[in-house]
Amino acid sequence: MVTEVLQLIINGIMAGTILAVPAIGLTAIFAVLRFANFALASHATIGAFAGLVANVNFGLPIVPSLLFAFLVAAVVGVVTDEFVLKPFRAAGFITTAIGSIALTIALENVVRFIFGNELRGYDLPIRRDWRFEGIRIGPQQVENLVIAVAVMAAVFLFLMLTRIGKAMRAVADNPMLANIKGINAEMVARIVSFVGMGLAGLGGMLIGLDTTIDPLTGFRSMLSIFAAAVVGGLGSIPGAVVGALTVGIGEELSLLFLSPNYRSAVGFFTILLVLIFRPRGILGQRAL
Amino acid sequence: MENYLVAMGVSAGIFALMALGLNVIWGMAGLINLGLVGFFAVGAYVSALLTLKLHLPIAIGILAGTGLAALVGAIVALVTVRLKGDYLAIVTLGFAETVRIVASNEIWLTNGTDGLSGIARPFGADFSPVQFNLFYLCLVAAMVTVLFVFIDRLSHSPFARVLRAIREDEQVASVAGKHVLVFKIKAFAFGSAALGLAGALYGHYTSFIAPDIFVPLLTLYIKLALLVGGVGNTWGAVVGAIVVVTFLESTRFITPLIPGLSAVQGAALREFLISVSLIVILRFRSQGILPESPSHPVVPARTGAETQPAQI
Repeated sequence: MVTEVLQLIINGIMAGTILAVPAIGLTAIFAVLRFANFALASHATIGAFAGLVANVNFGLPIVPSLLFAFLVAAVVGVVTDEFVLKPFRAAGFITTAIGSIALTIALENVVRFIFGNELRGYDLPIRRDWRFEGIRIGPQQVENLVIAVAVMAAVFLFLMLTRIGKAMRAVADNPMLANIKGINAEMVARIVSFVGMGLAGLGGMLIGLDTTIDPLTGFRSMLSIFAAAVVGGLGSIPGAVVGALTVGIGEELSLLFLSPNYRSAVGFFTILLVLIFRPRGILGQRAL
Repeated sequence: MENYLVAMGVSAGIFALMALGLNVIWGMAGLINLGLVGFFAVGAYVSALLTLKLHLPIAIGILAGTGLAALVGAIVALVTVRLKGDYLAIVTLGFAETVRIVASNEIWLTNGTDGLSGIARPFGADFSPVQFNLFYLCLVAAMVTVLFVFIDRLSHSPFARVLRAIREDEQVASVAGKHVLVFKIKAFAFGSAALGLAGALYGHYTSFIAPDIFVPLLTLYIKLALLVGGVGNTWGAVVGAIVVVTFLESTRFITPLIPGLSAVQGAALREFLISVSLIVILRFRSQGILPESPSHPVVPARTGAETQPAQI
């Protein structure tokens, strides 16, 4: 029993770390642009498929494929934001949220049109799981975890040390003041779309590496990603990490008494529980 | 061909019921609900299960489906009462997905992703298929008319005035001595009842329901119907529903015109066209075909921060 719980917690930490990547993307976009971007789901799918093309068709190893997944999703993110979502933002957040759902369905169908509905898998070397005292750990999972942590560290350093990162934090904190200081809000919006959707794409591929992918990959993970961002407090990057680990571990522990099919529902109930007691998430809103 | 048009009419009627329900929740009370399809599913499943498993009369099934959807709506409103904006959007969307997950996994009850078939049709044994279609069109049209008249009257009532006040400024409404929570719950429950009724009627018409039917795209169709018709306008909900169903059906004829498409590609292209047109409508004509006159007692709020001052 103890081993089983420990195994689930370890799995949860791994799943949560991966979940943190797209959750950071979502929360960063929310912090700067102030709307819940449901288009994240399709960008995760696009990233997963871009990575698949790089990995299976071009024969690239996993890390360059992940980079490709990031770039493709990031470019699609900037372009669709510029031409589809940006005009909506003036009309208010709910119109933008509905628009982003429509966008996510449109993009998902572009992927379906090209690749069809079949399940697809990445070319991964087959490796034996490591075992310690009855606990199993897959080498690929550890590799994913290391990659996810590296990506988070890179995002953190980008926000803390670079000029653009500081500009992003300034706009998130106080758009008017940032404007007075001469920060180009449009440029910052484009960069946050690039980074945020790129992270979604990279996260989509990381999620897919564990199993198989299909055009609904992003959509199926959407509740968990949103749960992670909301639980930690929309707009807070440390919050997204805390939220992702909470949701990841929570989803795994639920396996003790629920069927695995209820995994996304656990994300939903975590959102509800946290919001009832802390309507702004664990770490509060806008602490980017 | 006539049969096809009648079936389209039934779809339009069911969409209109949903759009009318949404109009109360969103148009009048300004509450965000991206989980419409969840309440629709509750109505459909409850009515189908009661008639299939307990062999209750269809009328009881439909009533129970409507009632339970209202109850679920009230609970969702109660739980989410402190949430606003994006958080409410996420939670309601999550609610609908959760309903779908439950419907897919409680196989002993709902037959899982295979769905429930053989749902009883009212007078299904007495009528020929053509007669049944016509009868159902009349039934749905009657329901739409009743709900339409009721909501139209309601929109002129003090109740709707309070809802509008809450939508414009919750604090002011509460300072004026209105119990905001109670009004929000009532609006949500009433709208959800209409959604549940639509779901129950849908199940007894097609005689088959499955979790795949209750996807977020259906929620978008209803938003689209209301946006096309004009949010906050009772006529708009009905006109919008007819326009949307006509449009959805017409896309069926576009995909066969392109040679060399597989079935999956055709379906993907259709969903793509539908979602793109929603984006275009949202972008260029968000006030709808029938924009509400400013003197109408239910003027929809400009969403979000840029709320207009109330015009009483």
